[in-house]
Amino acid sequence: MTDDNRPFAIRKYDAARLRDALRKMYLIRFFEEGAEDSYMRGLIHGTMHLSIGQEASAVASCMGLTDEDKITSTHRGHGHCIAKGAEVGRMFAEFFGKEEGYCHGRGGSMHIADVTKGNLGANGIVGGGLPIAVGAGLTAKRLNTGAVAICFFGDGANNEGAFHEALNMAAIWKLPVVFICENNKYGMSTSTERSTAVKNIAERAVAYAMPGHTVDGNDFSAVAETVEAAIARARAGEGPSLIENLTYRWRGHSKSDRNRYRSKQEIDEWMARDPIQRFRKELVEHAILDESEAEKVATEARQEVEAGIEFAKSGTAPRIPDLARYVYAEENA
Amino acid sequence: MNAPAKQPDADIRELSYSEAIREAMGLALERDERVVLMGEDIGVYGGAFQVTGDLVERFGADRVMDTPISELGGAGVAVGAALTGLRPIYEFQFSDFAALAMEQIVNQAAKMRYMLGGEASVPVVFRMPAGSGTGAAAQHSQSFEAWFGHVPGLKVVQPSTPEDAKGLLLAALEDPDPVVMFEHKLLYKMKGHVPEGWYTTQIGKSAIRRHGKDVTIVASAIMVHRALAAAEKLAGEGIEAEIIDLRSVRPIDGETIIGSVRKTGRLLCVYEGVRTLGIGAEISAMIAESEAFDFLDAPVLRLGGAEAPIPYNPDLEKAAVPQIPDIEAAARRLARREV
Repeated sequence: MTDDNRPFAIRKYDAARLRDALRKMYLIRFFEEGAEDSYMRGLIHGTMHLSIGQEASAVASCMGLTDEDKITSTHRGHGHCIAKGAEVGRMFAEFFGKEEGYCHGRGGSMHIADVTKGNLGANGIVGGGLPIAVGAGLTAKRLNTGAVAICFFGDGANNEGAFHEALNMAAIWKLPVVFICENNKYGMSTSTERSTAVKNIAERAVAYAMPGHTVDGNDFSAVAETVEAAIARARAGEGPSLIENLTYRWRGHSKSDRNRYRSKQEIDEWMARDPIQRFRKELVEHAILDESEAEKVATEARQEVEAGIEFAKSGTAPRIPDLARYVYAEENA
Repeated sequence: MNAPAKQPDADIRELSYSEAIREAMGLALERDERVVLMGEDIGVYGGAFQVTGDLVERFGADRVMDTPISELGGAGVAVGAALTGLRPIYEFQFSDFAALAMEQIVNQAAKMRYMLGGEASVPVVFRMPAGSGTGAAAQHSQSFEAWFGHVPGLKVVQPSTPEDAKGLLLAALEDPDPVVMFEHKLLYKMKGHVPEGWYTTQIGKSAIRRHGKDVTIVASAIMVHRALAAAEKLAGEGIEAEIIDLRSVRPIDGETIIGSVRKTGRLLCVYEGVRTLGIGAEISAMIAESEAFDFLDAPVLRLGGAEAPIPYNPDLEKAAVPQIPDIEAAARRLARREV
């Protein structure tokens, strides 16, 4: 096998898993387009942070995980949620504020979670999930569960104190945590060049005596290979890693973004590096599926999203007297 | 020869407040593999106030974990551990340092269950050595219980006796939601009866420490003892104060307080936190909105911390929080209707 020059993912995963990975990437893309469209139509209120353009990072990073493994996510967390196995119907129901949603309509886009699948939740606070992921790693180590925790965060979070405190503690206690920075170049409008003293965020791993890797985050195989190695290291009790997936969000930071801080040209260049097209092409090239099969995966994902929106529309609105339900355990009944 | 000293029986076994807390943590560590203690210098050092003491020797450094000086991260690790199946007790060296961890306590722990629609639980306990009187000045002497009491999703307790310190800590551990326990530093050495074994003190229930018909004094933490001392002096003047030990800031025990004020018609709130927007304001408003309002014979009074940081100079420090003569004078004015 030493002369096998095929990409890592093609070597590592069987056709069914690769097809499912493509399906999840399409689901993320169409889910977010559907959410955006529903927002424009006034069906969803509040705001949302779209990860269109970052799908490879979410899906490839979760390839080595089981439902026992945990993830913590970010305000840009729809992709992570789908990658970890959530159903888009219940996600839409959450966005529509319905009882059928993952958080019974109490959380919305910024707190989307699916605890049964090990997704401990998106987070409205930049850096909020970092120490929580370390806590999940502590539980895994103390109870000897063999689980790992993947901690997603953005480039913005790497300048929060919580980032530094979390990485340090994961390292001194050799906890099974993989820190994945999705560096999409901007914390809202402020570029990493203006906000961050190091060129690559992965360099900060040196300060916490853990391996650091900067990866092309739009290359499914490269991400999967790097994260799988970090997961193996974590499961072996050798401690945490820091991985930086270089990627780009096609959309603005949130719904109020007027894109004043970046050029049309830059956006176009990154859109030409679509991670889904790239992965699909790779699968076809290596005869995992043919064009018509790939198209079928996309079509089915689109249909799943459409069905999810219909499911959400027909959902149940929470009752006003239930406003304080779920604040405390005894109020759940 | 003197008669032999009476042997203390098990019922009147005495422990200090800090020993009672340590005993609770030891019982919890013994009983439940999921319990871990976390905090700064809680291992071989034994904790800044020697509350964890020898627990590291009994249970090992994996369960009595010294953390780096990282309050935000440490509190967050405790939150994440609680969310995924452990039962962490996180000790802040001083409650003042919880200001560094507000994000994890207020934005994460308190809201997690709600944000996730009841699908998750964060059974974490934060222990907070609090209060003034140690000469440690402005950043090591504060009383933040009202801050945390303002956050739905948290429970906040303030034991005033060794028995309650143990019982409330064990209740906090059994509670599926995050609990913040304020421990007054001046109480750590106070001795009192502590039952053996595992028992819990109900969170949200106050205790009447002294019965009286003339004036109700609601006090918390060390103020309970100062109020009791003041009550003894007042009794000599024929004024019988009823002392309610608040015990729980959130939830607050309205029933007991309202019932007492209906009886006495007079209310004095005594607490160490800054007077404005504090516990006393909440209790006063609660009375104003309740059926006890019609029974009031005098305005409600509050004695709280000064509108200033806790000063270093010992005389100033004493003057910054209610003392026994202050309580005595305020209760006397109320009883004599001099307000």
